Amino acid sequence: MNWLAGVRTALLALRVNKLRSMLTMLGIIIGVAAVIVMIAIGAGAQARVEEQIKSLGSNLIILLPGSVTSGGVRMGAGSRSSLTEDDAFAIQREVTGVQAAAPTLRGTGQVVAGNNNWSTVFYGVTPEYFEVRNWVIAYGRGFEPADLSGSAKAVLLGETVARNLFGDSDPVGQVVRVRKVPMQVIGVLERKGQSLGGQDQDDVMLMPISSARNRVLGGNVAKLRSVGSISIKIREDADMTASEGEIRQLLRQRHRLQAGQDDDFTLRNLSEVLGAREESSRVMTLLLAAVASVSLLVGGIGIMNIMLVSVTERTREIGLRMAVGARGRDILSQFLVEAITLAVIGGVCGILLGVAGSYAIGHFAGWRIELRLESIALAVGFAGAIGVFFGFYPARKASRLLPIEALRYE
Amino acid sequence: MAQPLIVTRGISKVYRMESYTVTALREVSVEIAAGEFVAVMGPSGSGKSTFMNLLGCLDSPSSGDYCLAGEKVSELSGDALAAIRNRRIGFVFQNFNLLPRTSALENVELPLLYGGIAPAQRRVRALGKLQQVGLVERAGHHPAQLSGGQQQRVAIARALVNDPALILADEPTGALDTRTSFELMDLLQQLNRGGLTVVLVTHEHDVAAFASRIVSFRDGHVVGDARIRPDDARARLQAFEAEEAAA
Repeated sequence: MNWLAGVRTALLALRVNKLRSMLTMLGIIIGVAAVIVMIAIGAGAQARVEEQIKSLGSNLIILLPGSVTSGGVRMGAGSRSSLTEDDAFAIQREVTGVQAAAPTLRGTGQVVAGNNNWSTVFYGVTPEYFEVRNWVIAYGRGFEPADLSGSAKAVLLGETVARNLFGDSDPVGQVVRVRKVPMQVIGVLERKGQSLGGQDQDDVMLMPISSARNRVLGGNVAKLRSVGSISIKIREDADMTASEGEIRQLLRQRHRLQAGQDDDFTLRNLSEVLGAREESSRVMTLLLAAVASVSLLVGGIGIMNIMLVSVTERTREIGLRMAVGARGRDILSQFLVEAITLAVIGGVCGILLGVAGSYAIGHFAGWRIELRLESIALAVGFAGAIGVFFGFYPARKASRLLPIEALRYE
Repeated sequence: MAQPLIVTRGISKVYRMESYTVTALREVSVEIAAGEFVAVMGPSGSGKSTFMNLLGCLDSPSSGDYCLAGEKVSELSGDALAAIRNRRIGFVFQNFNLLPRTSALENVELPLLYGGIAPAQRRVRALGKLQQVGLVERAGHHPAQLSGGQQQRVAIARALVNDPALILADEPTGALDTRTSFELMDLLQQLNRGGLTVVLVTHEHDVAAFASRIVSFRDGHVVGDARIRPDDARARLQAFEAEEAAA
């Protein structure tokens, strides 16, 4: 008996008991749909975390100056200005795993444009900063070497700042006053959205580090080259831990620290924190999928139940088929194909429901969902496997009937 | 005469229940030649149905040998028996045993399906047999849309479709009225005249009278084996029709 004929026979048999077949399939439909929806939601959450990591910059290490101890009172990270631009250049030059190191100065202040004003954070940066922190310029231009060497009065606005100061009009070419220093807007940064901590990453302004030091923050000679922090991007193929060690070594050397003396800087690996978050959201996805799989399992038991009933009900049919020449394995495959057909049709309906359900949840709950082909393939494969697994016992039971007993069954 | 189609030598069938055993058939030795029309008779519990099941390879004897067309069937495995049933034997049952919600054509095709015949050829052969039993124009009907006599004729077409050596009919007229019974027996007689061996189980003497030999069973033994001059089913049918017309 060939396969196609088997499927046809199975469909025929399933059509005879439409309601029962549908109810049996419902178990599989709900199971498959649940798996797909759960994975879509989990994958969506995961994708969000991944996106945040990306917006932060991947493989990111932040270097902060160490703390000052004054009369036994320790002032906390960054209170000392031990890091310099030269440290950043040295790191970039000498540590092989480093792709880019960007020194930054941070300041806050009121920005005024026409009759609007806004309080925001501004950073003095070098062109490397864009690479390290994954900033993209939406429109306008970036900083050029001349801007840095000449302490140009040029700023790039974050999306939030641009909106608050200029509304819908084009800010490029306009003049803003940052802490009363007039500067020309040369471009607007592309939107990044919220950070993991819920902060608005677009409420920011960037200017050349020299401009920030010389024109806005005002310098004291002792701190001439010092910077607030250094953001470092490690190459994709480099080992984070090894690079971290090298950077620490280099800085200790540059700062002439004795063995046993504490670091005068703090090194933070942000990607690691986010990696842990990503891991936890991945575990969450697995957990959701596992819970959903239970319903798939219950659906499978439903199939087994119905197939057992079906075998008993159709004992005489089995007997007749045997009388006209069906071998045990023909009967086995007939019932197995029937169970698999039930599971696969249920699986396909489940996919449709699952996909629709995922979009509906994404739309109404405002959650991000991510439908993945693998998860759909997995759900269907699982449904088919359930058909085979739970269909096998009833089918084997049918195939082992004795022809004469099956034929005389009342 | 050539080798008989059916030879049983001392076949017995014992059913083991939990606390006792039932011997349904005791040392039965029967030979049936190709082309015979045999009626197997006996009261219920006489062993005639058990004998029939053994002849049909639906069951295996507890002891003794059974040869069908020279092949020692009593030693074959389940799959080999299925193949014998498929190729050599056609069954006709009292309650027709057609698959419900399946067309007459597909019912007739069923043995060919298990015989591994290609779909196109299945169709041709099944239609040919339906033609032979006069139901080709009902090929697409489901059993529920056919009368009892028509259903039994579909069952006969199914029995014939693999061109078997032997037709086993178990009370084939049991669920039919007088007129359709005569029609059915007429059909079986014609098939028999065409060279087909027919073994018929019945408890009705009227029906057995259409056979050319009657084997009687009682308590698991053969108690009678007689050759008779068969009644002509067509003549009986015509007489019956005339009677009905007169009434």
